[in-house]
Amino acid sequence: MNSTLPIQHRREFLKKSILAFGGVLMLPSCLKNYTPFVFLTPDEALLLVQICEQIIPADSNGPGATQAGVVYYIDKQLHEVFHDQQLTYRNGLKAFEETCKGLHQKGFEELSWDEQHAFLTRMEQNQLPGQYWEEHSAQGFFNTMIRHTMQGFYGSPRHGGNKDYMSYRMIRLDYPYVIGRNLYRD
Amino acid sequence: MRNQHVNAIVIGAGAGGGVVAKELAVSGLSVVLFERGGWPVFDKHSNDELLSQRTMVLGAAFGPEAEKNPRVYIHADGRRTITTSRDGWMHHHIAACVGSGTVSYGGMAWRFMPEDFKMRSTYGEVDGSALEDWPISYDDLEHWYEKAEWELGVAGDDSENPFGGHRKKPYPMPPFRYDKDGEIISAAAKRLGLHPFPIPMLRNSIPYNNRPACIMNRTCVGHQCPVDAKNGTQNTVIPTAIASGNCELRIYCKVAEILSDEQNRVKGVRYFDARDRERIQTADMVIVAASASETARLLLNSKTRYYPHGLGNNHDQVGRYWQGHAYTGAFGLFDFDIKSYTGPGATFGLCDFVHNVDGMIGGGMIANEFNRMPYLFSQTRPPGEARWGKGHKEFQVKNFRRMSELHGPVQEMPMYDARVMVDDKVKDHWGIPVAAITGTRHPVDHENCKFLSARAEEILKEAGAYRTWQSVGGRGDTGGFQHQCGTTRMGHDPEKSVVDKHGKVHGIDNLYVADGSLMVTGGGFNPVLTINALGYYVANEIVKSWNS
Repeated sequence: MNSTLPIQHRREFLKKSILAFGGVLMLPSCLKNYTPFVFLTPDEALLLVQICEQIIPADSNGPGATQAGVVYYIDKQLHEVFHDQQLTYRNGLKAFEETCKGLHQKGFEELSWDEQHAFLTRMEQNQLPGQYWEEHSAQGFFNTMIRHTMQGFYGSPRHGGNKDYMSYRMIRLDYPYVIGRNLYRD
Repeated sequence: MRNQHVNAIVIGAGAGGGVVAKELAVSGLSVVLFERGGWPVFDKHSNDELLSQRTMVLGAAFGPEAEKNPRVYIHADGRRTITTSRDGWMHHHIAACVGSGTVSYGGMAWRFMPEDFKMRSTYGEVDGSALEDWPISYDDLEHWYEKAEWELGVAGDDSENPFGGHRKKPYPMPPFRYDKDGEIISAAAKRLGLHPFPIPMLRNSIPYNNRPACIMNRTCVGHQCPVDAKNGTQNTVIPTAIASGNCELRIYCKVAEILSDEQNRVKGVRYFDARDRERIQTADMVIVAASASETARLLLNSKTRYYPHGLGNNHDQVGRYWQGHAYTGAFGLFDFDIKSYTGPGATFGLCDFVHNVDGMIGGGMIANEFNRMPYLFSQTRPPGEARWGKGHKEFQVKNFRRMSELHGPVQEMPMYDARVMVDDKVKDHWGIPVAAITGTRHPVDHENCKFLSARAEEILKEAGAYRTWQSVGGRGDTGGFQHQCGTTRMGHDPEKSVVDKHGKVHGIDNLYVADGSLMVTGGGFNPVLTINALGYYVANEIVKSWNS
């Protein structure tokens, strides 16, 4: 697994996200309570960024979910389209963090890369302790996050993710897309 | 202001309704064509995969609006789920815009085979299924197929297909050439003794109808064409209808109910206009072409003294025999780039496994599949492959251009209990009870799918795929997920069907159906050209009886 952790600490996350997402985040420091997210709280966003980066990690093939701005996709769509899933995320991320603290006595962000991966694998196989997951299924929530991460990473940049079509470049799908020009046979 | 009385109301500007409106209008009848959506606008969605008709995760680019148009899906175990168009296949929806699915489809222009109209005579009674013959034959539709091919515009050449019905006239445009995987895999199919040939396509291979030739746009299927080279009713027959001066297209109008008089004739419709005002439109006749689900819903919601359970429904037939296609096939991975991602990606098909296989009832055409764009591709993996993490990404990077697939529509066996009802609680934005869809599948569907997927896998292996796997359809809850049809069955017996052989509702002189609802069985092919042909056929019957 990838040994260089993309994000270790909150401060670093905020710094990195400012570097990664540029313009809109260059704000006067007097706006202390400013958050770039419309639905997620900063803590939820921080947690989700790390989950998404596990789902699509940066590696030698190219950038991962963080750089593509997947968390912005999910946040935007929870606000604009996925209204019925707002509670899934709100309760799900809370249960996620509680489960993690219960199992490891520390937050997900403090786990090593491999520990994070193992945790998500248990979640995928529905093997997390059930007491934190009474309202939502842990497995179901993980499946939802996988789907949304893929949408944010591979969908059109106009929805918040796939910054500069970076995933298209990764899979050799030419861009920018010029109607009538993208015709080629190898 | 009151609406002026007209000769005919057509409900639904899709594959059937667009054709009927045009035929009536050019024959001199005054027509109001109702469409619940608006004109499709390319710039609203462009090449956006997440809004396309292929995924719809952020909404259906061509409508209907998710929040305003819920439906109820009743699972086999009785659970009821309220769905919206964002729920994809489970919502069974049809695009809601001028042209409907003919705007966003891949454009395969198949004629059904003669046997598709005679399923019961060909295969006998199938235990548990309501398999029947159509009251009309391939010969009755042949002329109208031809008219659809020439008026809408089809590119093709079926000279190498030994299995089709006869045709009097060739296609108006030459076929499209194969893309790279089409060339490789069709050659393999030939080596196996099969008969691949170019898919007939409702796209311009040469300039046609004053519109340009196809540019092979990779995001073709699921999207509108940016250069208008894909032929639907929105850029062919509907403009002709409007240009005749006899047809008014009324968009963003939602028909709630068909109104009847005391003599058991229909006299018009009650509808909500673009500003949600309740309006009445009267006419001498009404033609319903709102898709198999919405046509049935509208009839069921139109109750009269003679028809307390909905128009044409005194024998509990409206909404039954709900069918679609069970898609099935196989995937293959190659050790070289096999996908060129020229659009739309489906180029050859073969009919060797429709009606020509011992022990199989019906079957289906198979073709190389339309392009999968990156998100859809990320949801496609061989069994056991990682769905996330480094493994996901490696597969995506390595195989995006190296995976090919053969898939096809297997016709589902019609089932008496597979049906569209109206829900007694859930209502849409306009307060109209919504469609509730339920039913079970016949085991034959899955057996057919297993057979076809195995054949598809053999072809991919012969083509050199180093790893293959099947995706076998035909299981699970109700069918009808794609290519819905069958809900106002055509037949001679008023107790076992809803409309007669001319598309006229039994017992009502001036109410017709002209869409996929008429289809007794769904055929092993994409149905649009058959729906077009039925539109011409029904309209011709209407004009004949109008003139007499």
